[in-house]
Amino acid sequence: MGVKQRTKSLKAKKSQLSNTFYQLKVLKKGVESGNGKGFAPFDQKLDEHNLQSLRPDGIEIFQLNIGKLCNQTCSHCHVDAGPDKGDEMMTREDLETCLEIIEKHKIPTVDITGGAPEMHSEFRWFVRECYKLGAEVMARCNLTIIVANKKYHDIPQFYRDHKVKVVSSLPHFSEKRTDSQRGDGVFEDSIKALQLLNEVGYGKEDSGLTLDLVYNPTGAYLPGSQATLEREFKRKLKRKFDVDFNNLYAITNQPISRFLEYLIHTEQYESYMEKLINSFNPATVEGLMCKYTLSVSWDGCIYDCDFNQMLDLKVDAPGQHISEFDPKTLSERKIITGQHCYACTAGAGSSCGGEISE
Amino acid sequence: MKTLRWRPCNLFLIPSSYYYSKDLIIYKIMKKQYFNPDDLKKFGDITQHQKELGEKFFEYYGSVFKDGALTMREKSLIALAVAHTIQCPYCIDAFTTGSLENGSDEEEMMEAVHVAAAIRGGASLVFSVQMMDHAKKMSM
Repeated sequence: MGVKQRTKSLKAKKSQLSNTFYQLKVLKKGVESGNGKGFAPFDQKLDEHNLQSLRPDGIEIFQLNIGKLCNQTCSHCHVDAGPDKGDEMMTREDLETCLEIIEKHKIPTVDITGGAPEMHSEFRWFVRECYKLGAEVMARCNLTIIVANKKYHDIPQFYRDHKVKVVSSLPHFSEKRTDSQRGDGVFEDSIKALQLLNEVGYGKEDSGLTLDLVYNPTGAYLPGSQATLEREFKRKLKRKFDVDFNNLYAITNQPISRFLEYLIHTEQYESYMEKLINSFNPATVEGLMCKYTLSVSWDGCIYDCDFNQMLDLKVDAPGQHISEFDPKTLSERKIITGQHCYACTAGAGSSCGGEISE
Repeated sequence: MKTLRWRPCNLFLIPSSYYYSKDLIIYKIMKKQYFNPDDLKKFGDITQHQKELGEKFFEYYGSVFKDGALTMREKSLIALAVAHTIQCPYCIDAFTTGSLENGSDEEEMMEAVHVAAAIRGGASLVFSVQMMDHAKKMSM
């Protein structure tokens, strides 16, 4: 059927929020129309619970945003990705530098994201090279790209041949709720893509091919229990579409970028922040993904996490670019935090791998 | 003469022309309503003046909504239907959010409300048997 764009990128809309300084200002001081009530700074919250400032525990996951080009423009996208972002793609030279880092420092997992990473012209070459190095490769696939164009139809076979772990967004088993967030036609194409992935063995028992789904709320509320949601997704997708998958990750929407725009536009910014802050769970802090992940942007800069990347908060270390990669100084750094961090510590917590603590 | 169409606004029936206008009177009515959505956030305050009973209630409440023989998702849908039956606006807000959080969609939530409506409607209709019996007794 093809996908209709849900919205435009903040950049295309010339929104103030396309400026990360403005986003940080909103997060720090609130919205102008708000009640002026300040929210407790994240670090203060850590102090209240006698928790130390965040420090890294090592680098288990090297998460690379290889470009912001995407065939979808989802209304909640924290990357502000879309079809108009073709000029924000990682160069071959930087991809080669990433490979050197992965090999030299024996980083076990490479998490490739975008945009739709498959749209990068060097994507397949890069995956092959990571596979040769013996790293576990995860690809964050938006599903619809598989059926978007003939040149992507063999992606499931390509993923199978390189043992890529596929992590795909599907915010709901209902067409209406999925399309309201990701664009008309996304649900139908996503189901087709899931069936194609199942056909080559993904999500099937004993195949060794992992297909995980990412659930995130389609509105200004927090995700419920990951186990409950996974059970329901499995039941509904199997019954209605004969689709199988392995795990469901429940992820909280970050109050940044397009989701921040939605919150401000619908006058729910303050109530959403209140919800996040009131749901602060100290048990999540030890498992936060920033403690074991490094995030690299399309232009080779290094960040503590994907969300800091989107707010342009580079690591607090002397080498902020992959060309200056120094694991020693990176391991000694203090992780940069902000009000958006409350999204990762709310309730059962949230990371790129879903819930942190039950 | 212009015909007024009436629309419900919480507990008041007011002309729809007022409803859409920024009329001060309506603003004042809205400001003085009995139901204040922000009160839901203060639910925990009921432990004031009767701490022990309040805390026991919340402990029980918390246990009821944990996953058990029924999932949290199923319990939220039951709570949503009951909320409509007892017409509690706080509960409707809370369990619409709760149902969404637990992965339900509008179709499922509306079906749950229809279950409540069917039971309420049925409870009225079943008494018509009494009406019919009585009418029969009173008639030639």
